[in-house]
Amino acid sequence: MMETKSIMIVGVGGQGTLLASKLLGRLLLSRGYDVKVSEVHGMSQRGGSVVTYVRWGDRVYSPIIDKGQADCILSFELLEAARYTEYLKPDGRIIVNSQQINPMPVIAGTASYPENLVEKLGALGIHVDALDALALAEKAGSSKAVNLVLMGRLAKHFDFTKEEWMDAIEHSVPPKFLELNKKAFDLGQSA
Amino acid sequence: MKTLMLGNEAVARGLYEAGCCFVSSYPGTPSTEITECAAKYEELYAEWAPNEKVALEAAFGASLTGKRSFCAMKHVGLNVAADPLFTISYTGVNAGLVICVADDAGMHSSQNEQDSRHYARAAKLPMLEPADSAEALAFVKLAYELSEKYDTTVLIKMCTRVSHSQSVVETDERMLPEQKKYEKNPAKYIMMPAYAKKRHPEVEARTKALTDWAETAPVNRIEEGSDRSFGILTSSTCYQYVKEAFGDTYPVFKLGMIWPMPEQKIKDFAAGVDKLIVVEELDGFIETHCKNLGLSVSGKDLFSNIGELSQNTVKEKLGKKAPAGVTIKEDIPARPPVMCAGCPHRSIFYVLKKLNLTVLGDIGCYTLGAVPPLSAIDTTVCMGASVSGLHGFVKAGGEETAGKTVAVIGDSTFIHSGVTGLINIAYNESNSTVIILDNSITGMTGHQQNPTTGYNLKGDPCTKIDLESLCHAVGIKRVRVVDPYDMETCQSVIKEELAAKEPSVIISRRPCALLKYVKHPGPICSDPEKCKGCKACMSIGCPAISMADGKAKIDATLCVGCGVCEQLCKFDALGAVNKGGTDK
Repeated sequence: MMETKSIMIVGVGGQGTLLASKLLGRLLLSRGYDVKVSEVHGMSQRGGSVVTYVRWGDRVYSPIIDKGQADCILSFELLEAARYTEYLKPDGRIIVNSQQINPMPVIAGTASYPENLVEKLGALGIHVDALDALALAEKAGSSKAVNLVLMGRLAKHFDFTKEEWMDAIEHSVPPKFLELNKKAFDLGQSA
Repeated sequence: MKTLMLGNEAVARGLYEAGCCFVSSYPGTPSTEITECAAKYEELYAEWAPNEKVALEAAFGASLTGKRSFCAMKHVGLNVAADPLFTISYTGVNAGLVICVADDAGMHSSQNEQDSRHYARAAKLPMLEPADSAEALAFVKLAYELSEKYDTTVLIKMCTRVSHSQSVVETDERMLPEQKKYEKNPAKYIMMPAYAKKRHPEVEARTKALTDWAETAPVNRIEEGSDRSFGILTSSTCYQYVKEAFGDTYPVFKLGMIWPMPEQKIKDFAAGVDKLIVVEELDGFIETHCKNLGLSVSGKDLFSNIGELSQNTVKEKLGKKAPAGVTIKEDIPARPPVMCAGCPHRSIFYVLKKLNLTVLGDIGCYTLGAVPPLSAIDTTVCMGASVSGLHGFVKAGGEETAGKTVAVIGDSTFIHSGVTGLINIAYNESNSTVIILDNSITGMTGHQQNPTTGYNLKGDPCTKIDLESLCHAVGIKRVRVVDPYDMETCQSVIKEELAAKEPSVIISRRPCALLKYVKHPGPICSDPEKCKGCKACMSIGCPAISMADGKAKIDATLCVGCGVCEQLCKFDALGAVNKGGTDK
């Protein structure tokens, strides 16, 4: 029996984390896995810290990922990666957008944004893969395509074919933005 | 066909397949998507009602006429609908009537974490509790069968983790049940004392019959385990945590119907294990039932009645080792939700704070006006409590209080239950000033239409309530409309209305900045030559403004150009790109 695999997608409300989980869920289901994708809606979406859980295997029970359980954390923002490391398995992997978005306590001057977080993450003994997804998204044509850049990067760690990814993207984004999103995905994968 | 569905989406699919014809709900996280998804099926009539009580009564009417009907709400919504709930328990139904209530343990988006299972017991109604999307779909269909067989409204209890988790479901075709006719039956439907006295024994007999059904119902199933030192009785998402933690190690009794619960079956299960453990979130509801049966049981002595459980909690509390991860040795600043850039509520709260007013708040995005740096709200209780609370506050507090206190309430919340409070203000003549934050949408739950927007759930144009006329009609003579982006006018109008010796309403009107049809001028920029670093612009808590090297900096990916910060800058350092700024 296949052990349940877990990916945690974290970021800031409004960054498009839900699309990433939708796309991944669709892909895993098409491979015949039992899949659970868990989201939190409502108040946290207003610029707060947001978390989505994606789990798959022969039989998935819990819809949530607990501490020490995630095989991978896909983080849309640097501080959010640091916030959730506790959920990663000791040998897990963090794929992180190095973009920094200041939370309100930092904006208001009551807290400071920690420095050199990428290095500090690396010192934990986990695998850290950092990239400037915002710059790549802008290169693809829109700052809103950060999610597809990160999906492209994540794809390096899956054995899905290019066709399977493209099919999932086609079913998850509006036709108007399809080319832009495909380009963003490619940039993330090759960066 | 196998497909991934949110628990809420699966409830909607269940409604479709069960031949439900009428859906009436009020939005509330985590229940909202049920009704939004139901509205996508052409065969179903679905609507947003002004509040949960109206929704349930409408659904009851639809059941009477012979159509399977439904309403959905969040846990606190069931409080609003509790009045009809307790009495339709007596009348029973004609066609099936199902209510879905979604709890929010952990309070991801709620003001309390009440346990709705108590309502099933108190109102003497059966309650089903699905543990994933497939069960959500199946239980809706079962609920309609039970509703019609036992002549009862049936409750389905969801929770955040079931409502907002996608899991695999297999869909089926829609089956329309045999059409029922309405038949006049005063003894069943008119609940005046003489008739209600005869209905109460029927309700008790129904609970007895459902308890018998629960003894053999397939939804209450026992899964064998290899180690009988523990026997775990559980339901809902806790079942998933238990199975994740222990697999097939211990016997697990999974309850699909949480009220009424079986008696003999639980006693037999307990007799076959060394120790009976109940794993449930929030209150010890199942545990109390076990204790009433005279069983020795462990539950809330191990597990907290506060917040959510998880697979690790279940392991740890039962004495097993749970996995752990690594933490970074660093203070990680919190990231609380904030008002969006361009939010029309921000500037009103800035003005209220500047005037040093006591502000009775309400339920919606604008509750975020309570957090620093705005910190402008004094109270938040429940839908409508700002308006009715203000009346008591100024009536009892006297004239001095009246000139220093306001209520703030959103358009949708005002219609939900603010208008009755306003009627009280007019009728009992308190010198109250109510500010309606009209952003032309139900915002926090994700942009649902309401009676003030001019569109219905399906997006079709419909009758639009005119708030000014409504306020006039209930007896408020002083009704003013302001644009919240114009802070100077807002301030003078608020001062004038507070000074007036009679009740007043100020409508702060501007659509939610996230609405697609709202066109923004685009990001402004800051001029570091002019900026003196006084931080006046920081006092509104806009996520697009920060300080870098002692100067204000605008995040162009967030800024929409609302112009509120420009009004605060005494040095003309903030403005549109063509004003000569240098920010990118």
